[in-house]
Amino acid sequence: MSDGLDLLRQSLQVASHPVLDVSDITRLYGERIGCADVTFRLWSGEVLGIVGESGSGKSTLLRCLAGLDQPTAGRVLLDDHGAMVDLHNLSEPQRRALMRRALGIVHQNPRDGLRMDVSAGGNVGERLMDRGDRHYGKIRMSATEWLRRVEIDSGRIDDLPRQFSGGMQQRLQIARVLVSEPKLVFMDEPTGGLDVSVQAKLLDLLRSLVRELNIAAVIVTHDLAVARLLTDRLMVMKDGYVIEQGLTDQVLDDPQHAYTQLLTSAVLS
Amino acid sequence: MSELVRVTRVGKSFTLHNQGGVCLPVLGGVSFSVAAGECLVLHGPSGAGKSTLLRLLYGNYKCTEGKIEIHHQGRWVDIASADPRDVLDVRRQTLSYVSQFLRVIPRVSALDIVKEPLVTRGMAPDLASKRAADMLARLNIPERLWSLAPATFSGGEQQRVNIARSFISVTPVMLLDEPTASLDAQNRDVVISLIEEARKAGSALIGIFHDEHVRERASTRRIDIQSFTVAEAA
Repeated sequence: MSDGLDLLRQSLQVASHPVLDVSDITRLYGERIGCADVTFRLWSGEVLGIVGESGSGKSTLLRCLAGLDQPTAGRVLLDDHGAMVDLHNLSEPQRRALMRRALGIVHQNPRDGLRMDVSAGGNVGERLMDRGDRHYGKIRMSATEWLRRVEIDSGRIDDLPRQFSGGMQQRLQIARVLVSEPKLVFMDEPTGGLDVSVQAKLLDLLRSLVRELNIAAVIVTHDLAVARLLTDRLMVMKDGYVIEQGLTDQVLDDPQHAYTQLLTSAVLS
Repeated sequence: MSELVRVTRVGKSFTLHNQGGVCLPVLGGVSFSVAAGECLVLHGPSGAGKSTLLRLLYGNYKCTEGKIEIHHQGRWVDIASADPRDVLDVRRQTLSYVSQFLRVIPRVSALDIVKEPLVTRGMAPDLASKRAADMLARLNIPERLWSLAPATFSGGEQQRVNIARSFISVTPVMLLDEPTASLDAQNRDVVISLIEEARKAGSALIGIFHDEHVRERASTRRIDIQSFTVAEAA
């Protein structure tokens, strides 16, 4: 009975408020629209995909959501230990601290997310030290465990990232992001630039980690197959605006908007 | 009998924006309900809209009009208008879709694929493995295949792995899209028993079966989809 109540309480807690609450985000570059009027909410355990062609505004939006860019208008609320905090209404040090605490970013190019002059183990351990962990033995153990989870041989722990293949570098970046157990993760074309066979392996890894850790994630991709495999919900962007959104399988199998129909019919599957 | 599914005046048309905006009406005025313990068969020739209706019920297609209500944890959720988040929750707990195709996930073994729904719903992994093994055996998947990823299995074997996965943890409402297509008689009979067991456990099932034998034995009621088919000239 108490088990049942605990479960119920947990599920109520999960459901009570979103991890990310975005309203009317607009980013202008002078006259030009980067993205406009984007509103959505994301709960833990949900994976949202953003698709659209290059220049549609998806990366601009992601940068605003992740605190890397300041929106011209709108609001991004992030869950910080139960309180919703306005990401763009904080002092610079406060925002940096919140970003370190609450969110993780997986960049398309692993070089943007990794320290190339620090060992693989160091790249993963550093995030734990940022968080305040000081016990060297424990940090190394944790780093080793995470390398194992992303399928990097523990014998490579002292190697530099530049000695790794592209796929390994990307997996290392994922370990570096997830080791601090963020509740919210942003990914920008996480499989871009990788061989198809390496992509499949990475997608499989991401899929199981996201489910296992009950993370909320936003994934930007132009690859509809990636969106179908990894995401629960989908937003389609064109010229800076969200033109269609809904369940991933519904948007892909019964697209309503002319542009989405064009996008889905152009894919060989 | 308690109703689990209520369909009210559902209509569906497809607008093809990139082919001159042509509008294809498929279904109109679809109304029926299904109660616990029933297996309703959608009957009609191909092209009449049976699969479309099944996809509408799952929320995979968007209704043009009408309501599709599913009884979900003590309340009614209208799949046609619900938030994606609520539809996902209904699918996790209440509503499942059984097709004849297995979505192969690279590198995941047949046993793990079959046991996943049990683990997701909180069963201990050891017990789930045991139940999954029993189910694979029941569907005549040779034991030497259990630890392998089904990517290399034959079509029929993949189909049976998918059925094992679908029926290992039956949901209150199950949509069956020709689950027995191209199965041999022995395995077809296993599926018929699985349907019957789900029904007796209180599930409401809605299915498409081309095989007359399966239709006769598995269904408790049938509706003719042609009465809802919208003629192209309309």
